[in-house]
Amino acid sequence: MADITKTNRRDFLKIAATATGGLFIGFYWSSCDSPKMKVLSTEEVLSKAHNFNSFLSISPDGDVVIYSPNPELGQNIKTSFPMVVAEELDADWSKVRVLQAPLDNDKFDRQLTGGSGAMPHSWERLRKAGATARHLLLTAAANQLEVDMASLSTEKGMIYHKASGKKLTYGEVVMAASELEAPEEVLLKDPKDFTIIGTPIKNVDNDDMFTGKPLFGLDFYREGMLHAMIQRPPFGMKIKSVDDASARSVSGVTDVIQYDNFVAIVGTSTWPLMKAKRRLKVEYESDGNVESTFDHDKIMKELLDSKDARVMRQDGNVDEAFKNAAKVITSEYQCPFLPHAPMEPMNFFAHVKGEEVELIGPTQTPDAARMQTAQLLGIPKENITVDITRLGGGFGRRLRADYVLDAVEVSRRVNAPVKVTWTREDDMTGGAYRPAVRYRFSAALDAAGNMIGFKLRGVGLNAGNSVRQDNFPSGAVPNLLIENINYNSSVTTNAWRAPITNFLAYAEQSFLDEVALEAQKDPVKFRLDLLEQAKSSPTGSVNYDVDRMIGVIKDAAERSNWGKDSNVKQGFSVYFSHRSYVAQVANIEMINNQPVLKKIVASTDCGIVVNPTGANHQVRGGIVDGMGHAMFGNLVFENGLPKQKNFDSYRLIRMKEVPEIDVNYVDSGYDPTGLGEPALPPTGGAIANAIFAATGRRLRSQPFIEQKEFSDLNLEIRRG
Amino acid sequence: MANYNLRINGKNYEVDVEDDTPLLWVLRDHLGLVGTKYSCGIAQCGACTVHINGEATFSCTMPISSVGTDKVTTIEGLSDNGDHPVQKAWKEVDVAQCGYCQAGQIMNAAAFLKKNPKPSLEEIDNAMNRNICRCGTYHKIREAVALAAKTK
Ligand code: FES
Ligand code: FES
Repeated sequence: MADITKTNRRDFLKIAATATGGLFIGFYWSSCDSPKMKVLSTEEVLSKAHNFNSFLSISPDGDVVIYSPNPELGQNIKTSFPMVVAEELDADWSKVRVLQAPLDNDKFDRQLTGGSGAMPHSWERLRKAGATARHLLLTAAANQLEVDMASLSTEKGMIYHKASGKKLTYGEVVMAASELEAPEEVLLKDPKDFTIIGTPIKNVDNDDMFTGKPLFGLDFYREGMLHAMIQRPPFGMKIKSVDDASARSVSGVTDVIQYDNFVAIVGTSTWPLMKAKRRLKVEYESDGNVESTFDHDKIMKELLDSKDARVMRQDGNVDEAFKNAAKVITSEYQCPFLPHAPMEPMNFFAHVKGEEVELIGPTQTPDAARMQTAQLLGIPKENITVDITRLGGGFGRRLRADYVLDAVEVSRRVNAPVKVTWTREDDMTGGAYRPAVRYRFSAALDAAGNMIGFKLRGVGLNAGNSVRQDNFPSGAVPNLLIENINYNSSVTTNAWRAPITNFLAYAEQSFLDEVALEAQKDPVKFRLDLLEQAKSSPTGSVNYDVDRMIGVIKDAAERSNWGKDSNVKQGFSVYFSHRSYVAQVANIEMINNQPVLKKIVASTDCGIVVNPTGANHQVRGGIVDGMGHAMFGNLVFENGLPKQKNFDSYRLIRMKEVPEIDVNYVDSGYDPTGLGEPALPPTGGAIANAIFAATGRRLRSQPFIEQKEFSDLNLEIRRG
Repeated sequence: MANYNLRINGKNYEVDVEDDTPLLWVLRDHLGLVGTKYSCGIAQCGACTVHINGEATFSCTMPISSVGTDKVTTIEGLSDNGDHPVQKAWKEVDVAQCGYCQAGQIMNAAAFLKKNPKPSLEEIDNAMNRNICRCGTYHKIREAVALAAKTK
């Protein structure tokens, strides 16, 4: 059945016409609390003094344009958003275009890319926008043909009146449609009638990307702009002295400026700056906390025994449960800091013109860039414009505006338009890392092998809450204690794809494997039993959908032939994050006594799959990302500086290191949920559990290659 | 500073730069050919791959002084209308996520297929192993190279 849905008129604003003539609907893309309904003039819309944050327009030629506020960094939002609008509109997909919106002052409450949240947030709104436009077009057509609206149908940008054989294009009725009032309610399609959603629509930027068009921030050029690079201090240090004589002598360098703890080298092109940066001599001294990995390890181990842990969740009586336990299992897991290392290094363009600022570049959060610029310069944020380029990856790094402020600082000092570029070395050493974390898990089993008690204590270095206390298995264990300890390190951290859960899931799913083994239960059965418990006699709140989690577990087990082939050693893992459920099975075969990782089977419940191509990308990409960093990613600090500064010492996963990945979806019928992150967290655990199944070696720390249990395994990765 | 006459994408260019300037930065900063990307600058990732006399080469570590009269091809010059078999396969397979590494991947694949028009999957993996894709599009890269080999 198709749903009748209230349009919530506050979310919709329409104006008479676009400047070129046509239907123009402004709507709230992401705001939940919109101000009151208002009819706008074209001038108001175009001058930005309007109260909506996106639009859909249909020109008399039938071209459909929608305006996307969300930065595109590979999550494919620029393709999947318009698909949703076009679906309800019954548009001709070949005539749909999407434009990247600049930062729109005050109008967006969620103009950012992060948290896998865009699609769940906008799904309904996009559908209503498309359906509202279709309704207006149909009304206009019914008036023109003097027939009942119900006798009309639409397909691919055309309106048909079957009885008379008459037809109209959308373009032919847009002018009349633009005179109409927005409907109170509109009809949304039954998902089974979708013709665009659920089909593999190709990336709208393919032509430009594959022919080398300037799309990315680093490609931006403005006549007369200067280039700049920034020398930053190691963590916990400050500048003692600067000798810039040699740097200044490089031809093409126009200025060397010291401000705060930074030294900016300014010049007419990039290469001279790279040369000058190597010649710049900066002496640093301690500013309090100069740390090394050795210190970090010690701090985390010691803090695990701290008396000052913050209780995040407590159910039942854990002390009693552990006292009465037939068996107690305790293990610790640890991960290092990690850089995000997107392929496009940090960069931004800024032009400070007195009280006004123009910002252009790759950012996941243009609003933070603007706010911080306003603060830095002491000017109203309305004086700052931000244009968003395509992002060459983000992974959370571009949620931080430090590199934007670099450009602002330099531009105001040299009084010229400036593009700041970070070298790869700057990117690796410049901070805002995935935090280093250490966990201690304990489980209490009764004589029958039931988990009657569960404890988790997390210590994170600038990790905030490292434990996500309401995630599985919370709710499934009668006695539970989850505690957190945060240590303020001088090493800066930030969200990193699937923040916290990117390692927590690994540790937890590996630990549950250890517990299942001790309980002498099959790992899949062990998890299913816990979920049954969460369903039949939950303890405290259960913040995940038990049935959906069971759904992906069963699907992955079935598709991977779980436990059916004794030649294949398997590892299981399941995780719920960013509103989606993903279970994974890693298959290792022993070939000539050597473990060969051949395949990862994934089963995902992210509700309706909007674009299968994009979704497969996110699932496979998340798995490759999770696998690469579990195996190779390492950042070792010495005196406040990482030893790994580029891809020669910081190892990223490559072509020959990825196994076959079998991507599957569980069709739960729910509205779409996030997919940019959820496939990553389960991967490390699935692989580690498979390695254990194959070799009896338990990997409790990342990266694997640094563990002695792993070094002589000679794990091979092979597809097919 | 010195004057260099370059032959890029079938056109002649003249630039006045220091002789240690890598070809990558000459392309990007001096000639506005920004399709060739910077990512590591030390011949580790392949984002900067161009063809020098048909050979896939990391332009980030190639000083302009050593280019001489060699023929340089960048992603902008790989085909007239974006219709090189590799570009077509890249579109067909919908390879990209963020897209930043893909120009380098395409250039590497195109040079490889010229030398080895009928590669095995293993040969594809070996050839493409020098290009990093941080988004993890490796499966599609492999598929697209195989498709390009078939449809040539
Ligand atoms: S930028 Fe040249 S290989 Fe990485
Ligand atoms: S597509 Fe993003 S780095 Fe390859």
